[in-house]
Amino acid sequence: MENQKEIIIRPPTGWFNFSLREIWEYRDLIKEFVMRNFKLIYKQTILGPAWLVFNPIITSVIFTFVFGQFAGISTDGVPQFLFYMTGNSLWSLFSTSVQNNSNVFYANVNVFGKIYFPRLATPISQAISCLINFMIQFAALLLFFVFYIVTGSPLAFSVKMLLIPLLLVQTSLLALGVGLIFSALTAKYRDFSFIISLGMQLWMYVSPVVYPMSLTGGWMYKILLLNPMTPILNNFKWAFLGSGSFMLWSWILSFVVTGACLFLGIALFGKVEKTFVDTV
Amino acid sequence: MEQNMTQKPIIEIRGLKKRYRMGKVTGKTLKADWQSYWARKHGRPDPNVKIGHERLIGQTFMALNGIDLKVYPGEAVGIIGINGAGKSTMLKLISRITAPTEGEIVIRGKIASMLEVGTGFNPELTGRENVYMNGTILGMKKAEIDAKMNEIIEFSECRDFIDTPVKRYSSGMYVKLAFSVAAHLESDIIIMDEVLAVGDVAFQKKCLAKMSHAAQEEGKTVLYVSHNMSTIRQLCTRCIVMKEGKIIFDGDVEEAIRIYSEESFRFDMKRSFKQPEAYPRSQEAALTSLEVIERDNLTCSADEFLKIRFNTKIIQPVQNLSYIVSVRYAGTNLVGTYISDAISAEPCENANVDLKLDLSSFAPGKYFCDVRLATMKGRTVRYHEDLQAAFGFEISDNEGIGNFRWDAGKWGYILLPIEDMEVTQ
Repeated sequence: MENQKEIIIRPPTGWFNFSLREIWEYRDLIKEFVMRNFKLIYKQTILGPAWLVFNPIITSVIFTFVFGQFAGISTDGVPQFLFYMTGNSLWSLFSTSVQNNSNVFYANVNVFGKIYFPRLATPISQAISCLINFMIQFAALLLFFVFYIVTGSPLAFSVKMLLIPLLLVQTSLLALGVGLIFSALTAKYRDFSFIISLGMQLWMYVSPVVYPMSLTGGWMYKILLLNPMTPILNNFKWAFLGSGSFMLWSWILSFVVTGACLFLGIALFGKVEKTFVDTV
Repeated sequence: MEQNMTQKPIIEIRGLKKRYRMGKVTGKTLKADWQSYWARKHGRPDPNVKIGHERLIGQTFMALNGIDLKVYPGEAVGIIGINGAGKSTMLKLISRITAPTEGEIVIRGKIASMLEVGTGFNPELTGRENVYMNGTILGMKKAEIDAKMNEIIEFSECRDFIDTPVKRYSSGMYVKLAFSVAAHLESDIIIMDEVLAVGDVAFQKKCLAKMSHAAQEEGKTVLYVSHNMSTIRQLCTRCIVMKEGKIIFDGDVEEAIRIYSEESFRFDMKRSFKQPEAYPRSQEAALTSLEVIERDNLTCSADEFLKIRFNTKIIQPVQNLSYIVSVRYAGTNLVGTYISDAISAEPCENANVDLKLDLSSFAPGKYFCDVRLATMKGRTVRYHEDLQAAFGFEISDNEGIGNFRWDAGKWGYILLPIEDMEVTQ
């Protein structure tokens, strides 16, 4: 016991309490959470994770009709379905991750009220789960990609695709940061859980999900540049589909915003987690 | 305690305080907060405060009000006190579930906290999957769980169902599995909040034995909150009594239990039951009040009688109605039960029933009585009324058994009558 480090419990002071080491100590718990989240998709369903793939496919089919055929919005020469599915999958990675994490306190109040573990393990595992779900969707997307190549569309595998992992990690971190900020707000006022679901829908339309950046211009283009998801979506499509043009400065700004959101999110989350169970 | 003084305490608590806000906890939406703000500004009553809680607006409540405690390695410390004394709050603070308002706690070891068994259990997952889930939540590494899996399954007595989703488990099996995980945690300190009050009697014994073993053989430190004095006696080497957020006694287990029973022994000569406090469980009979009559205090000697008057409202004609008085020593351990003769009654506002209780068997101490009204017909018992700790009495030190103090831990609560005694030499 002499080698045991002392734990000192004091009233919460300071505004940034975050121990990466402790989270590393609990890595097995994060793994378990991720596995549980994944297993629970299978339980009592016939199709299991197939639903993960159906969802973006069906949304993309609808988008193809509504935005592509009906409204005739350009997709930069990429097959419409593939363009929408790419945007949809990446957007749903972001939006589900934000929404799940914004509700993390109320969803886990029973566990938080009974046992101590670094609370951040829960949102981190949520973010990882969303990323894994995305991978499954991405595998389906790749099948469509190959299908379109075979049927003669001007698509090709390229070295640009190496940027994809970086873009995915950034999306997850940004979603984690935004989710954590809203988790703290939702813990105080439940109204925010409604605001967030409405807000995510609106956010999608000010991000280049269903339209390419080439379609925007003037003040609208400038406003879109402030949205940290804009360069991520744009550069993802550039890297994967070879459409549009690479955005550098806006992407750098987006990294700064990601870092800021993550920092603020962890700080607010840390503030709320200390006494949240007293106020439920 | 003294023999360990050379060692550093494994848990050290200094000036610990925890404040809770009262009254305002209902404001959880923007709308509710805005309503409260608007009402305050215009001097109207706050629509979000529960009726009867007005005096608590803006007030705070000290759940812990200055706790100092040192626990040394290998001690098994019982924590007792009436509800609201701050026992659970203290365990929550030590377990880091919520943060203190003032003071500090130093912990020099790994804690296994069991404020609830089966935290994080998911009904859809199998027993085995839940062991991993629960184990890692409790802070175990996956490799540790792998190594102990067999032992855990063996202890839980659930081997045949370990790969079945736990939603198919009986509640007993569920608890057994959950407790097994917690019991196999590698830790220096075990914190328990009455989790043993579950499962069947045999399993409870097994759990208690496991805990005793952990404390006595493995040298683990145990903090145990319970209302069950017999488990406190079995497990603990030291006991603290809490009252209103403070520690009022710290030391010998028997002495602590005695002080606790003094503390929780608060009875009046007469008690009325207003609706809906004593809301009848049936539509037939309800107790409106009970009263100790023909004496002016509740301290009796064993050669006396205690006369109780039950005022009963009969709503529908009843037959086979009995008055049942169950006696508990120090508010915990059941000693025995008085059952009256069955009566029949017609509807009326007030039927008086006087029972004269023979106290000659009771050992000195404080006794709490639960009162039940029941219809007993054939083999079935149907309760109309069920009042915990409805009244109490004290048996003062009995002259008949000499000047020594009755040792309830060794002798129990009943002085059995000896019919005759012969001595031949």
